[in-house]
Amino acid sequence: MMETLGDLVRGTCDLVHRDRTRLLDVARIVQERLGCVPGSAMDLIASHLDVKRIDVESLVSFYSFLSKEPEGKVVIRLSDDVVDRMAGYDAVLAAFRDELGIGLGEKTPDGSISLTRTACIGMCDQAPSALANDTVLTDLTPQAARAIVRGLREHGDPKRLVNRLGDGQNAHPLVLSMVGNHIRRAGPILLSPGKRGRAVELTLSLHPAEVIRAIKAARLRGRGGAGFPAGMKWEFTRAAPGERKYIICNADEGEPGTFKDRVLLTEFPDRVFAGMTIAGYAIGAEEGILYLRAEYAYLVPYLEEVLAKRRVEGLLGDHIEGKFSMSFDIRIQLGAGAYVCGEETALISSMEGLRGDPKNRPPFPAQSGYLGYPTSVNNVETLCCVTRIAEIGVATFCQYGTEQSAGTKLLSISGDVTRPGVYEVPFGVTLREVLVMCGGEEAGAAQVGGPSGQLVGPEGFDRAITYEDLSTGGALVVFGRDRDLLAMMYGYMEFFEEESCGYCTPCRVGNELLKNGLLRVMEGRAEPDDLEQFRAIGKTMKATSRCGLGQTSWRPLVTALDAFPDLLAGKVVSDPDGFCRSFDLKAEVSQAEGIAGRKSEHAGRKGGDDGR
Amino acid sequence: MSGNEKPKIATTSLCGCFGCHMSLLDIDLRILDLAEIVEFSRSPINDLKTIEDRAAVGLIEGGCANEENVEVLREFRRQCDVLVSVGDCAISGGIPALRNTIPLSECLDEAYRNGPSTVNESGDIPNDPEIPLLLNKVYPAHEVVKIDYHLPGCPPPADTLWTALVALLSGKPLDLPYKLLKYD
Ligand SMILES: Cc1cc2nc3c(=O)[nH]c(=O)nc-3n(C[C@H](O)[C@H](O)[C@H](O)COP(=O)(O)O)c2cc1C
Ligand code: SF4
Ligand code: SF4
Repeated sequence: MMETLGDLVRGTCDLVHRDRTRLLDVARIVQERLGCVPGSAMDLIASHLDVKRIDVESLVSFYSFLSKEPEGKVVIRLSDDVVDRMAGYDAVLAAFRDELGIGLGEKTPDGSISLTRTACIGMCDQAPSALANDTVLTDLTPQAARAIVRGLREHGDPKRLVNRLGDGQNAHPLVLSMVGNHIRRAGPILLSPGKRGRAVELTLSLHPAEVIRAIKAARLRGRGGAGFPAGMKWEFTRAAPGERKYIICNADEGEPGTFKDRVLLTEFPDRVFAGMTIAGYAIGAEEGILYLRAEYAYLVPYLEEVLAKRRVEGLLGDHIEGKFSMSFDIRIQLGAGAYVCGEETALISSMEGLRGDPKNRPPFPAQSGYLGYPTSVNNVETLCCVTRIAEIGVATFCQYGTEQSAGTKLLSISGDVTRPGVYEVPFGVTLREVLVMCGGEEAGAAQVGGPSGQLVGPEGFDRAITYEDLSTGGALVVFGRDRDLLAMMYGYMEFFEEESCGYCTPCRVGNELLKNGLLRVMEGRAEPDDLEQFRAIGKTMKATSRCGLGQTSWRPLVTALDAFPDLLAGKVVSDPDGFCRSFDLKAEVSQAEGIAGRKSEHAGRKGGDDGR
Repeated sequence: MSGNEKPKIATTSLCGCFGCHMSLLDIDLRILDLAEIVEFSRSPINDLKTIEDRAAVGLIEGGCANEENVEVLREFRRQCDVLVSVGDCAISGGIPALRNTIPLSECLDEAYRNGPSTVNESGDIPNDPEIPLLLNKVYPAHEVVKIDYHLPGCPPPADTLWTALVALLSGKPLDLPYKLLKYD
């Protein structure tokens, strides 16, 4: 018997016990089943979960993987990052369009395939890449694109597009993905083997306060970008009053050019889950949540199995044994395509079934986080460090790195290098040393820390990768000498403009002003005043934006201008009459000329009010 | 400003409602003081249509919605030492810029053909050669020419205009108290 819409929605809402904070899950499931969340389903969801229809509508409109209008049975999402563009995105897109006979944002007439673009999907080491539903397609070429379309026309099953298997656990029967790990340099801490179960066992021989003390002694700082001391965060969370506590592992990995968490989750999921368990013990949480970006949904069955195994082995569950004991479990929360959801308060909003908008801080999550309870949000890599500190001890961990930056760091390296992939390096290594490791000696520039980080030119190559100097969440995108850096930065500004949640004006408007200003520079229509303006806008964004997105998104443009003043040679000129060179009267009257059927008297007039 | 000649001041209303000029007149009797220290060049207040000699200060009300606005603004830029955007229309395009999200032809259709209060049997859209052609969008003044200062408000209060003008003409630093800065 055909399942009606009513049955589907009721069943889905029952699955989450009609818990309104699980709205995102409900919307995701409906989207998966129907190819959209239509208005009629929104009404039903609203009534079952006892929320307003507008809340459902608002949530669906927020996430790029949800839609009100029906998508094709298979949705091809091309990763459109700067690195993808460097690797041939345009030609791949052209091949898809041609073979499908549709444009971006369109659907084939039979409704079987949609074609769309999305921000970096975390595969810059194997760009250009795309998703076909949950299936990741890597190292795309125009020929591969055509073969993909023909394959889908024939069998309609994205999973059958996987014509080779990646290394390591990518070939696991529950993954079966063509993604490659590209582990190029396994250091002593994060990418070295350990012993399953050992870290949790050792932790449970200590008092939670001792665990926190150890993490503080190891001087562990957050690896997700902001670099906040992990031990201190736990201490605050532990000390905050609340009848429940939560530990959230941030696996949103949205910063373009970052993909190291993907590799940790693929090869060392136990290390991640052990880290969460230890954190849970330290702060007094009985529940941990792994917030996984939708682009990594292909890992879910595998991760679920790892969790199931840990439950069987007594490493998760009601009674985890040790000298002390604890009760702790982990669930996975999938995102739905929104960069800003990597910001910890937006991530919490997203998990609460709201739009993924950041919240005001204070209160910080450590005081009032998920559902209002004290919550620690930690990056995947940070939690892996925790596990390793438990296993190898504080002293060994601190043997690596510098005074303020202890341990090692994973770098996700892509762009113009001969060996893109994941590198584990001790903090303190110079950018030049890293460039030599990855075959990027010929680099003209490097984007360190992703678009929200900074562009560094050759004079900066001797700077060190540390929190105190070149701080990075892990992304390193290398640009060869002949790359058009302004075009690269423009790509990043487009990204920020698109991903801003739009709540605050400095970010919503600032990103657009900067993007348009950069375009003026690229077209040679900018004026010296514009450059001052860029800095002023950046300053305002930094000082007045609510979250880290707007506080940093001016950086690609401003750091590029700082590092490469020559980029502007000949492009920024002032007008002798004080007219704006970017204002084109001729173009501006074009529509009116068409409507009126007469030519402008002013535009194009010689020797004065010309068509500038 | 040579000799004992008074500095000249020019004003214009581009795509504005004249409210900013009304606010200028609202300085009341101080207009006499103003006349003491400046000479009015081109302005709707005296109906002079050209700037004869270079002006020290040009006040711009309204943004640019048509080709003539652009022409006038460029003329002001050429002829004035200092240009000031006065009021929200000049600074951001203001109310007229609400049309910026709608294609021009749709705006005209709504205004002259399809609007609920429109009676226009011929369906013609006024198209006399005297009527300046509209721009695709409405622009703030500083996106057309370089603007030196901005006085926000809709309109900026008379005291704001007075204080700013006195400061500009006397070369003293401008100190606008918070209550004279309006952002609506
Ligand atoms: C726009 C934005 C995106 C972010 N994305 C991520 C992300 O994908 N992964 C992550 O771990 N942290 C991300 N962060 C940082 C988090 O807010 C938070 O600082 C981090 O998860 C804390 O973990 P850590 O202390 O272990 O680094 C992002 C921050 C901002 C402002
Ligand atoms: S800074 Fe940007 S992304 Fe962050 S809350 Fe404000 S508008 Fe949203
Ligand atoms: S700013 Fe206000 S008062 Fe001045 S022209 Fe515009 S609408 Fe009129």
